[in-house]
Amino acid sequence: MRLLNRSVGRLSRHRRRPLAGAAVLLVALLSTGGAYAALAPASQAEQEKDNAALVAEGKELFMINCSTCHGSNGEGITTQNGKLYGPSLIGVGAASVDFQVGTGRMPMAQPGAQVEVKDPSFNQDEIDALAAYVASLGPGPAVPDREQYDPDTFASEEEREEAVALGGQIFLTNCTACHNFTGAGGAMPRGGEAPSILDTDPRHIYQAMLTGPQSMDTFSDGNISPEEKKAVIAYVESMREQPDYGGFNNGALGPVTEGIVAWVVGLGVLVAFAIWIAAHTTRTNQTKKGSAK
Amino acid sequence: MSTDTSKVAASNGTEAAAPAGKPTKAGAAANWADERLGIGGLSKFLSRKIFPDHWSFMLGEIALWSFVVLLVTGTFLTLWFKPSMAEITYQGSYAPLRGIDMSEAMASTLDISFDVRGGLLLRQVHHWAAMLFIASMMIHMMRVFFTGAHRKPREINWVIGATLLLLGTLEGFTGYSLPDDLLSGTGIRAADGFMMAIPIVGTYLSFFLFGGEFPGDDIIPRLFTIHVLLIPAILLALIGAHLILLIYHKHTQWPGPGRTEKNVVGYPMVPNYISKMTGFFFITFGVTALLGAFFSLNPVWKFGPYDPTKVTAGSQPDWYMGWPDGALRIMPGWESHFWGSTWSWNIFFPVIVLPMAAWMVVLMLPFIEAWITGDKREHHLLQRPRNAPTRTATFVALMTFYAGFWAAGGNDIIAIKFDLSINQITYFLRAFVFLGPIAAFIITRRWCISLQRHDNEKLLHGYETGTVIRTPEGAYHEKHLPLPEDEAFAMTVRDRGRAGEEPELKKNGKLSFRAKLRAFYYDHDVDKPTPEELSEAHHHAEHEAHALAAHEGHQVDGHDFDDHRHSAIEEPLSH
Repeated sequence: MRLLNRSVGRLSRHRRRPLAGAAVLLVALLSTGGAYAALAPASQAEQEKDNAALVAEGKELFMINCSTCHGSNGEGITTQNGKLYGPSLIGVGAASVDFQVGTGRMPMAQPGAQVEVKDPSFNQDEIDALAAYVASLGPGPAVPDREQYDPDTFASEEEREEAVALGGQIFLTNCTACHNFTGAGGAMPRGGEAPSILDTDPRHIYQAMLTGPQSMDTFSDGNISPEEKKAVIAYVESMREQPDYGGFNNGALGPVTEGIVAWVVGLGVLVAFAIWIAAHTTRTNQTKKGSAK
Repeated sequence: MSTDTSKVAASNGTEAAAPAGKPTKAGAAANWADERLGIGGLSKFLSRKIFPDHWSFMLGEIALWSFVVLLVTGTFLTLWFKPSMAEITYQGSYAPLRGIDMSEAMASTLDISFDVRGGLLLRQVHHWAAMLFIASMMIHMMRVFFTGAHRKPREINWVIGATLLLLGTLEGFTGYSLPDDLLSGTGIRAADGFMMAIPIVGTYLSFFLFGGEFPGDDIIPRLFTIHVLLIPAILLALIGAHLILLIYHKHTQWPGPGRTEKNVVGYPMVPNYISKMTGFFFITFGVTALLGAFFSLNPVWKFGPYDPTKVTAGSQPDWYMGWPDGALRIMPGWESHFWGSTWSWNIFFPVIVLPMAAWMVVLMLPFIEAWITGDKREHHLLQRPRNAPTRTATFVALMTFYAGFWAAGGNDIIAIKFDLSINQITYFLRAFVFLGPIAAFIITRRWCISLQRHDNEKLLHGYETGTVIRTPEGAYHEKHLPLPEDEAFAMTVRDRGRAGEEPELKKNGKLSFRAKLRAFYYDHDVDKPTPEELSEAHHHAEHEAHALAAHEGHQVDGHDFDDHRHSAIEEPLSH
């Protein structure tokens, strides 16, 4: 309610400006046009047709690149011993595909404890097609809109600051246990790791929370609401933008690297000075001119 | 030349024997103080006190000066820190935590970091100085033990030093716990668990320390008192005792010409060491200040306030608590249940028993060694580590033991930075902490013995000059020259084996346990050459040098030893 009052107050401050009339007209025109375009029955049919084409294209890519492990209908493959060869993709949703393929995790380089992150093998159009195909297999989380995940889309700076404070508490409660306090990453059992999220795209952070890749928990919208997810991303972004107040952050890994700095840099320099001081005595190796050696 | 002794004081009376002229202003002031405090004698004694010179004697000084830095910066921090667990809402300048509920301790730490001018710098200088304080105590201890400076009469000072190390660690841990951020809270929670793992009395101890159930609201004020009053006072007193004993015993020195067990060869306190020490103090302060300025340490604002529901990956204690933490990490999960109570061996052994046992072993080292060797003499001349192979190897084994647990304390960081499996690191280290020290002991001892052999080689046959000589027969060998006499002297100032006493026998005629240990202690130890061996070797060397002298200094044209010797001067010119 407070938020609403504030934004109304801000609007009313500007209502007598010279350009206000023109701006109101522009907004009205745009919204009418937009609403018509969105609601017009013809375009819906067109979209369905487009989607069908996309699914078909996605299926083609899927058969070539994914079906070896995930099965030709995305139903997953188990070995004769009952072990999982590739998991079923029915119901994982478009968001999962967008995350796994968009971060270069899939197609997987090799099976192992940790799926390697590499340069994506597909462009965004192909990823969209794959996502559309997998989404067609069963209902699952969709690829989020930019407003849902991008912290740049907050209405005001105050709103963003509030989100950062809220997101920080959610982050420290739910994320730091594996990803470390700045998101520098942490170890998981048997060679796995919670990867560093210092350079991860906001869209992929959102999708990771939504779909829970590998050992990560799934933070469904009932668990952490979309607004809270965005707040978490806002906090992570603010940590990246924050200057290192204390100086060089030693890799943001905590006391282990701090201890290495103390021993190597601190003690190393001091011992070097001790050697230097002891090397400067009143003793001299110079012989007086003319004296016998 | 006769001297007029009528004006020289015959006693130590405070009355001047002959007031000769007007004293200088400084002299008058000094005299005023001396007549009332009697500090003249003391300052004369101290300013003329001789200390020997070697860089390794200054490692303890790093600890001393970082302790001074700790006192100065710590006092500064107490002016703003509020040791209170009262909950308030943070409204300071660090935006991401604004509006969050936290303890006053955490809020005031944030204030020191962001709102007090120079506060963050001083906080970091204080913390870096603490890390260096304990680290320098450890390398100082290594120096003392490796050079045999812990032997009689310095055993008590060794015990004081070991106590300082333990207290310094506790002091560091209490300081680490004060800000009430996520890491320090996790540390206190862990300490609570450690205490509760102590059989029978554990839960009572925990309730006693926390004033009830964890976390309560007493622990931070209590730790504060311990951190700023109790432990620093004991540290200060023990450092004083350590230094007084150092002056009383006189500093140990390296052997060399003119240096005996009964003298100290070096320079006086004034002007030499007073200037060197002052300089080193400023250097230590400068290095900690630069570390504080350029290297982040314990960024509490990133951890946020402590909350028992939260934890972060990379939760480690500071390095000096790292090894018990590592022991805890690799300990198998042993637990017993008797009569409805849980006995957590998996916590009790690695964090309570192991560090205390290790500390006791360190404390007892000088006494154990003296008991084994039976050496009751005073020692003021240092030994090179190679000349006590078993001692050196023992300490390297202890260091390897420590290093294994230390590495385990950072197992998660090692796993992610070297792409390893944390489980396999754990399995490896479980074996390493037992097998590593044994391997280190054997390798170090053999290494020392080889170095002793090498020393003897140099004493008998001289050092390698790098000049290769071809003999008339066509054989090649390297020319050796005798060592400089002072160097050879310093190398031979050491005991010849063990004292030639009869081995201790039990009633049944077998060697006693102590005799066996003593035999092991001196096993394979290489004696220095006897005077006869030395003179024979020198005689041989002289003879050889004489034989070779004929060939020396000639340019070699490839025909030295055949019939085609000729010089270019004899050849006809081509034009």
